[in-house]
Amino acid sequence: MSKFIVSLSPHEKGKYTVEHVMWGVVIALIPAFISSVVNFGYRAVAVTAVALITCVFCEYLIQKFLMKCEITAFDGSAAVTGILLAFNLPSSIPLWQVVVGSIVAIAVGKMAFGGLGKNPFNPALVGRGFMLMSFPVDMTTWPIPLKSAWEWDIASKLDAMTSATPLGVLKEGNFSELPELWDLFIGTVGGSLGETSALAIIIGGIYLIHRKIITWHIPVLYLGTIFVLTGIMWLINDTANINPVFHILSGGVMLGGFFMMTDMVTSPMSLWGQVIFAVGAGVICVAIRLFGAYPEGCMFSILIMNAFVPLIDKYIKPKKFGTEVNYG
Amino acid sequence: MIKKGEVVKLKTFKLGGVHPPENKMAAGNPIEPVTLPKRVTVHLNQHIGAPANPVVKKGDTVKVGTLIGKGEAFISANIHSPVSGKVFSVDPVADGSGYKVKSVIIDVEGDEWEESIDRSPDLKKEITLEPSQIVDRIKECGIVGLGGACFPSHVKYMIPEGKKVDTVVINAVECEPYLTADDRIMIEKTEEIMIGIEIMKKAAGVEKAIVGIEANKPEAIAKMEKAASVYPGTIIQPLKVMYPQGAEKQLIKSVLNREVPSGKLPLDVGCVVNNVGTALAVYEAVQKNKPLIERVVTVTGKKLTKTANYMVRVGTPLSVLVEAVGGMPEGTEKVINGGPMMGKAIPSVDIPVTKGTSGIIFMDKAEARRKLTRNCIRCAKCVMVCPMGLEPYLLEKIADKERWDEVEKLAATDCIECGSCSYTCPSSRPLLDLIRLGKANVNRIRWERSKK
Repeated sequence: MSKFIVSLSPHEKGKYTVEHVMWGVVIALIPAFISSVVNFGYRAVAVTAVALITCVFCEYLIQKFLMKCEITAFDGSAAVTGILLAFNLPSSIPLWQVVVGSIVAIAVGKMAFGGLGKNPFNPALVGRGFMLMSFPVDMTTWPIPLKSAWEWDIASKLDAMTSATPLGVLKEGNFSELPELWDLFIGTVGGSLGETSALAIIIGGIYLIHRKIITWHIPVLYLGTIFVLTGIMWLINDTANINPVFHILSGGVMLGGFFMMTDMVTSPMSLWGQVIFAVGAGVICVAIRLFGAYPEGCMFSILIMNAFVPLIDKYIKPKKFGTEVNYG
Repeated sequence: MIKKGEVVKLKTFKLGGVHPPENKMAAGNPIEPVTLPKRVTVHLNQHIGAPANPVVKKGDTVKVGTLIGKGEAFISANIHSPVSGKVFSVDPVADGSGYKVKSVIIDVEGDEWEESIDRSPDLKKEITLEPSQIVDRIKECGIVGLGGACFPSHVKYMIPEGKKVDTVVINAVECEPYLTADDRIMIEKTEEIMIGIEIMKKAAGVEKAIVGIEANKPEAIAKMEKAASVYPGTIIQPLKVMYPQGAEKQLIKSVLNREVPSGKLPLDVGCVVNNVGTALAVYEAVQKNKPLIERVVTVTGKKLTKTANYMVRVGTPLSVLVEAVGGMPEGTEKVINGGPMMGKAIPSVDIPVTKGTSGIIFMDKAEARRKLTRNCIRCAKCVMVCPMGLEPYLLEKIADKERWDEVEKLAATDCIECGSCSYTCPSSRPLLDLIRLGKANVNRIRWERSKK
């Protein structure tokens, strides 16, 4: 008699896997990477490579020697963390700091909680937050795009090669020095590696939505909230505030909305939970930008809302079947 | 009628759902007879409810259609001999799930039918029986739901006082991949099904019947629409292909946009739901006096050279069907009784066909084995695809920790076990396995509570 496998249904399995999801995100980040190389040259390649390799290697070492569990460092999730961390750094950042930030992102931000799926905060932003506190000067020195692209040793020519970011200029109140919206859209402005080009990020975001890796809700609601709130402020007083299009195209909100808020691990499970998450982060981001000490509030808005996710998941439940009364 | 390439806005349910590869390879194969086996094993619990009590003993001679098991409880069904011959024994025999159940084993001799059964192929259109007589006949003939759950059909038509039914919903969705049995009977037995639906309408005392068919069966839809044109009140409703549309609650939502509340029955929203195969069995029972002794079984698999839809007598060992398609394909590791989403994997092909066997599927190594389980990445796909609006990721977690009170609060008992969550999980987590465990424990706790 032949021996058959007996298991519970379903016997059919969809083709989606963790690798499918994670490498899909990596593919979606390629347009932003191309934009960063055009703007910031080989330092963009170097920073991204160092962050990516450090993250994957760090996860591998922790799984092999500390957790002594199955090695899943190459499933693409550590690679995503590495790339996203790099995309949130200025191109002039010393590479040893990138290594430190990557180790913090993976070891503290992710593996300390038990690895993939267990971390409450976005690991890339944990790494960036750590670096912003530890290396405040290097983390807020912004090379001028294109001009600095093929210059390796930016540190020695800081004055000639760096400038403030558009949001930095805004915080100073020098409205006349702000870049054109078109420059913000294609990314030829100062800022972190992968955040400057709204166009490249939107292309990647559409790819993610098309592949059904993310849904449109979080990015659209996050950016929409920022647009509406800054729009209201602009309508109230258009000399003290800049128009809302500037706000959604500048800084990290595009990259954050499409790639970091949508991080599955650290976003709510139900649709309405995701709505609260996205709108809440939008409110916090605008509050920091307009009233806070920092010019940019994207990172803090995401990290703060990450902390609310367990609470949101506890109280906001998906709509159950059979609750719609439509008979009798 | 749907033509190729035509864009039609098709109805479907709103919440959740997946679309697994359809793999309906056997769709083009007409229903064929299969040779009678030498011996049949007829289980006496082929339906939901109490098993039938045997009314024959070793050595008795039976004909095709002779009553061999009597369903005496309120929810139970009669069992008839599917063959003629001599009763070899009445003993417990292992069924598809490995449990031993009381069964009548009959050695086949010839093929002699009870005289009361009308075997002529003539269509009998006129319905002479009164509603209560129809229900009695359905009960006598041992008709059960042929969609897979095998709920005794007569119970559905004993409508309690105070409940009002306005629609008979015919489930011709066949949303399970691979299976094509319902598709074939709709193409080949269209008229009989239409009369069956008329009988059901009469029994339920309603004017309206809606037949839900998924759009991947264009030939069946065309034939049914043509036949339905002479029956006022019978509507053929093509549906968008979406699993698990064949689940009762989802089908009612699709065709009538009514939601059956948690813990309630279709009766509570004015519906009686029956499978299209049941409509055919009702026609044969009421008009031809033929008990439920045979059914169409799809035999299929990716590695099979010949796929088929066989008309099979109940009790026939599955091995007879395996031989009929030219033997088991090389490297078969899993055999499924039913569809791939909700069917049961069976330990051997020696078990017999029952009233609920809709198909047999052979799977090779690549399909049969589960993938390695990974950490939940909280992608929320299980929440998005759950047709009941549950949280499979959370139910899995707390069922694993045996926190049954929380499992109950999260409405695990609403789960229809469609498997969409496990199907879609990128981490291959055993979501439905744990939810089943949770459901079983919640039901046990509720039972213990009710005894206090």
